[in-house]
Amino acid sequence: MNQTSLDFSKNAARAQADADLQSALAKLQRDTRLARPVITGRLPEFEDLRDRAVAIKDHTLAHLDHYLETFEANVTDAGGHVHWCNDAGDARETILQICNNVNAKTVGKGKSMVSEEIALNDYLIANGLEVVETDLGEYILQLREETPSHVVMPAIHLKKEQIADTFRDHHTTLDPDRPLDAPSDMTEEARTKLREKFLSADVGITGANMLIAETGSIVVVTNEGNGDLTQTLPRVHIVIAAIEKVVPRVDDALSILRILARSATGQEITCYTTVATGPKRPDDLDGPEEFHLILLDNGRTKLLEGEFRDVLRCIRCGACQSACPVYGAVGGHAYGGVYGGPIGAVLTPALDGIDKAWPLPEASSFCGNCEAVCPMRIPLPGLMRRWRDIAHTQKLNKTGARRGLALWAWAAQHPALYRFGARISLRLLRTVGRRRGYLRRLPLAGGWTAARDLPTPEGGTFIDRWQKEMPGKTGS
Amino acid sequence: MTARPQVGLFATCLVDLYRPSVGFAAASLLEKAGCDVAVPTAQVCCGQPAYNAGDRKSAAAIARQTISLFEEFDYVVAPSGSCAGMLRHHYPDLLADDADFATRASAVADRTWELVSFLTDIRGWSGIDASWPKGVTYHDACSGLRELGIKVQPRQLLEKVAGLELRELDAPDVCCGFGGTFCVKYPEVSEAMVDDKIDDIVATGAATVLSGDLGCLMNIAGRLSRRGEAVEARHIAEILAGTATGPAIGGADDGQG
Repeated sequence: MNQTSLDFSKNAARAQADADLQSALAKLQRDTRLARPVITGRLPEFEDLRDRAVAIKDHTLAHLDHYLETFEANVTDAGGHVHWCNDAGDARETILQICNNVNAKTVGKGKSMVSEEIALNDYLIANGLEVVETDLGEYILQLREETPSHVVMPAIHLKKEQIADTFRDHHTTLDPDRPLDAPSDMTEEARTKLREKFLSADVGITGANMLIAETGSIVVVTNEGNGDLTQTLPRVHIVIAAIEKVVPRVDDALSILRILARSATGQEITCYTTVATGPKRPDDLDGPEEFHLILLDNGRTKLLEGEFRDVLRCIRCGACQSACPVYGAVGGHAYGGVYGGPIGAVLTPALDGIDKAWPLPEASSFCGNCEAVCPMRIPLPGLMRRWRDIAHTQKLNKTGARRGLALWAWAAQHPALYRFGARISLRLLRTVGRRRGYLRRLPLAGGWTAARDLPTPEGGTFIDRWQKEMPGKTGS
Repeated sequence: MTARPQVGLFATCLVDLYRPSVGFAAASLLEKAGCDVAVPTAQVCCGQPAYNAGDRKSAAAIARQTISLFEEFDYVVAPSGSCAGMLRHHYPDLLADDADFATRASAVADRTWELVSFLTDIRGWSGIDASWPKGVTYHDACSGLRELGIKVQPRQLLEKVAGLELRELDAPDVCCGFGGTFCVKYPEVSEAMVDDKIDDIVATGAATVLSGDLGCLMNIAGRLSRRGEAVEARHIAEILAGTATGPAIGGADDGQG
């Protein structure tokens, strides 16, 4: 995709002017706020489950090499193939090679954020394959040539009227006057279209929500069942998963499943939870003849070594996005990378480089709601702050703001001068603003006064007045 | 009778510059709750603007300055969850590798409290003697709520204010869009957030909006004024101390002082 994180402000302005997007985002925020207490309230052990999930992931990350090798051995035992891929290019070529080896013409694709990360569709299409997204949301986006704006609700930025228009524009063989008012009309229409594709696909590509080391299995959760058809009907099933998706045991996967859907969509569990191990065995009724697993690093090993390790606990539930008021104001696309919202503000600088993404960790009020809802207790504001440290050290941010802050920080370290400056500034502000109570414009404070008046100070600093009114009560 | 605890009042830079009356209200509440209050005059700011801008070096220098000024007291109390959270949670992180200050930072952190939670959780005090016969609504400032767990404490104390009717916001715990320098770095995004907050405030029909952090309050008050809303904004300490006699935040006065 076209990485535009440096243009966050411009992207945000465009998003704020988009009335359809704004109404879709308002609905997401409202639904999320209402759902949260219900989800957590119905499960008294929710907080304990979070702790358990964190412990599972921390343990796995501390022994990642062991669990990945165990996973590989068990996939191989089951008759599958594991391909270790260092970066996006490796992964794309490996997948294309597998497709070419079986003379594939058509690929059915399940929803996968990591496939977005490596821009897989464009590459396969450029190499002559037909690729069809089979997740309803992703299918809509493919028709509209858009990218997902949310990790679990990829088309959440669209209203249903826009989707109906998209279907009318693209499904031109159907009656143009057919009713498409209800979501069920659209789902039915997409189902008919997609069934044709499932049956003709030579290769199915899916992501995986988890990889289970002790059995060599993959876990895929969906609400449509299309992911199941994508992995069982074609002759070849390719799974693409990043290395942090592995968990040690089936039991661990079940613990994480209990918080995944609750955090993602407010469901207790998704409609479909599919565990698959290797290709079709002789007695199996269905399943692929070949099973390939692409284990992608794409920068994870580097994260594992450093101060951003906690972000590898992420299970891509999207709770931080749904709960973030900045995401709620601008949507996922404004972040200009694969991942929007708080998780994007931490991951995108890691994936694309802080020099290409430094505005993202800045675009947070540090309200902390992301960390509060993150089932894996990832300290997202703290990690954004670490990126700010790095951006500051590399001098990536604007020089004007930088100079202002440097001057303030210098003054703050010289209390006597600070107090002198404060007295003068206050006197000026009082002279200009005291009659109205507010200042509507102030030089160098355009960021504030663009939308707000500046309250006029009461008069005098607290410290000066205290010294005068309470002499002697100033400590030793 | 046990000795009165010595409290160092960390007024915060915004109270120092914009609203000294909040500092006096805080001192008055602390004294009513049985504490002796002192205000070290060399205090400036907690350093959060530098810390959140990635300038750890300046933030650490300011932190060392603040610790040196306040470590003599039994408690450090601030009328702000944001600044108290900075001392309590972020100073130890900032100075973890400082041989001299690491333990001093933790010692001050352990004794630092936000005003309202100090009064209720530490002093077990609720001897409010104030009246405010109006409808008010209350905004949970983010740092106090999520870093310090302040949610029921302000409501417990507001309940004791004579005549006060608390009308809860639909979403009291959603950020108002202030976020320190966030509001000037991304003014349009911040504006959308504060507008949501103000719609919520206005819908309660309350005459006054209260909160525990002056940053949020100045953001809310400034936007209320720009939109021409009649609601006034005040710090909760002014109401609890019964000293809310002057103009509200940004309210016009007679020009004295």
